[in-house]
Amino acid sequence: MSEFLQHLINMLVLGGTYALLGIGLTLIFGIMNVVNFTHGVLYTFGAYIMFIVVHQLGINFFLALPLAVVAGWLLGAAIELTLLRPLRGSDIDTTMLVMIGAWIAMQSGALWIWGGVAKSVTTPFPEAPLVLGPVSVSWLRLFVLAAAAMLIVVTYLLINKTKLGCAMRATFQDQDTASLMGVNVDLIYTSTFAIGSSLAAAAGALLGPVYVIFPQMGDLAAVKAFAIVILGGLGNITGAVIGGFILALAEELGAGYVSSGYRDAMGFLIIIAVLIFKPTGLFARSERVG
Amino acid sequence: MKSGVAILTIVAFASVPLWLRDPYLMNALITTGIFIIGAMSLNLLLGFTGQLSLGHIAFFGIGAYVSALTSLGFDVGLPFGFRIVHHPWPPIAGFVLAIVAAGLCGYLVGLLSFRVRGAYFVIVTISFAEVVRLVALNWVELTQGPLALTNIPSITVGLPGLGDLTLRTKLQNYYLVLVVAVVTYVLISRLVHSHFGRAMRGLMENETLAVSVGIDVTKTLTLAAVISAGIAGAAGSLYAHYIRIIDPEVFAFINTVTMVIMVITGGKGSLAGPVVGGMIFGLLPVFLRPIMAPEAQWIAYGGVLIVILFVLPRGIVLSLAQRFAKRRKGIETLAPVAFSERDAKEHA
Repeated sequence: MSEFLQHLINMLVLGGTYALLGIGLTLIFGIMNVVNFTHGVLYTFGAYIMFIVVHQLGINFFLALPLAVVAGWLLGAAIELTLLRPLRGSDIDTTMLVMIGAWIAMQSGALWIWGGVAKSVTTPFPEAPLVLGPVSVSWLRLFVLAAAAMLIVVTYLLINKTKLGCAMRATFQDQDTASLMGVNVDLIYTSTFAIGSSLAAAAGALLGPVYVIFPQMGDLAAVKAFAIVILGGLGNITGAVIGGFILALAEELGAGYVSSGYRDAMGFLIIIAVLIFKPTGLFARSERVG
Repeated sequence: MKSGVAILTIVAFASVPLWLRDPYLMNALITTGIFIIGAMSLNLLLGFTGQLSLGHIAFFGIGAYVSALTSLGFDVGLPFGFRIVHHPWPPIAGFVLAIVAAGLCGYLVGLLSFRVRGAYFVIVTISFAEVVRLVALNWVELTQGPLALTNIPSITVGLPGLGDLTLRTKLQNYYLVLVVAVVTYVLISRLVHSHFGRAMRGLMENETLAVSVGIDVTKTLTLAAVISAGIAGAAGSLYAHYIRIIDPEVFAFINTVTMVIMVITGGKGSLAGPVVGGMIFGLLPVFLRPIMAPEAQWIAYGGVLIVILFVLPRGIVLSLAQRFAKRRKGIETLAPVAFSERDAKEHA
């Protein structure tokens, strides 16, 4: 029983960052209809910003997170402006292939600049974990959960309470009508991609110190983000949060009770199962089929 | 005239070992040839049915593993105390089984994943390849996991009157790959120009219209997936018996991307496209190696993919063919298959 409780605690910590990844991708996928292969690179990028800020610049650990968010925002905006804006209106396969090209170039760039050796970030938290009865959790992971929860709430408020969020929702529902109502669709697209990218960078900056940082770390993160989006429904933020926690739970239980080698297979199996047995998704939308 | 070009190309390729003695270049040509076969099979799906399968390397890898395991033999335990013991068979049986197994997987994946389209199809195929990779990595008893399958025997072919010939040297493997590549090219060419090929292209151009004239969507797409996967499996088998060692890294996503780059650069929906794109991207590393680090090369490949999509969205072959045809209007078009935007159904 205590083992199961420990899995639940781990699920909460992991799920928070997965939700961040998923929200970022679901916004981009839902509003822009772009299969964003650079999402994982942004995750890696955030983690390296964390490493650079803490170890090379010697700035505070807690300041690194907002810096990673800002850097992710800028890089995301740059990708949208240079690669996606000129391709507006072309078919989804073309943008997908362009994003694959960007993914290869950027990941190889990370490998070139920072090398393939995994790096770890030292954190200001005490080594001894917090023990709560039968379960224990490290202070770092608690911080990760709190920071992720805060970012999720901020994003939720941004989408639901601000004028920009209203325009984003309008663009998601009907781009042409939104445009007729005076919404600057170009601006919405750039903002959406930048916000989604900054969330991916934040997730990387948060999970980087928990594990280790290396150039290919984003590949699995990207597929997990796709799994979350497919679980939760396109453009659905609440769905992405729920999907993030479901995936984290599946991984924890899979690693705990099946085999730790198949931990990372859970995301793929969820994708395949959802799309095969319920191709319209858990939150029914018809656009997935034919 | 077209068949003249084809015969000249084959003769040119066949004459390469006569003047090229460098073993490093021969090795590059053989692996390039194997990847070109894979790229041709990918082109059958991507270029002629419009389905972007990003899990294509799964079929290649399955072919490689099936072929290697058939010729090496294995002894694995299954649940409930069952054991499967397989004694080594000749590699040529592995080659045939690789095609069958990969084709069967293509059938299953096609049956299941053609229920979704566009982005979702892409994601299902990627997931399939990754699951297969994780199985290859973790089912250590069967696949040796990260320790790799080693000492895979070379392919032996029985020649009438000459007895058995084991293809060990680079020269022999070069001709083996060339023969398989030519057979693949002819097969795909015949297929594309058949009734079935017209059904595929009809689906790509307008699925709703194709259905309305009685084309069975799932059947057509699944058959294309089976053939495509079978060819990829054959390429994988050639790879396993040539390199003679395979590990789960054969399933890496980057290998699928390599094939996609070959197809897109050469021109999807063009028969010669994967050959041209494959020669460029297969041999580029050879020439870039002295001047660029591997990471820098990959940055360049990513950049080239983007530039090609922006500048020559139809690929090198079709763009050149179009220019050629414009100049000699009315004689003959080199483009074997017309290209069409498939935006009609991408409104979602």
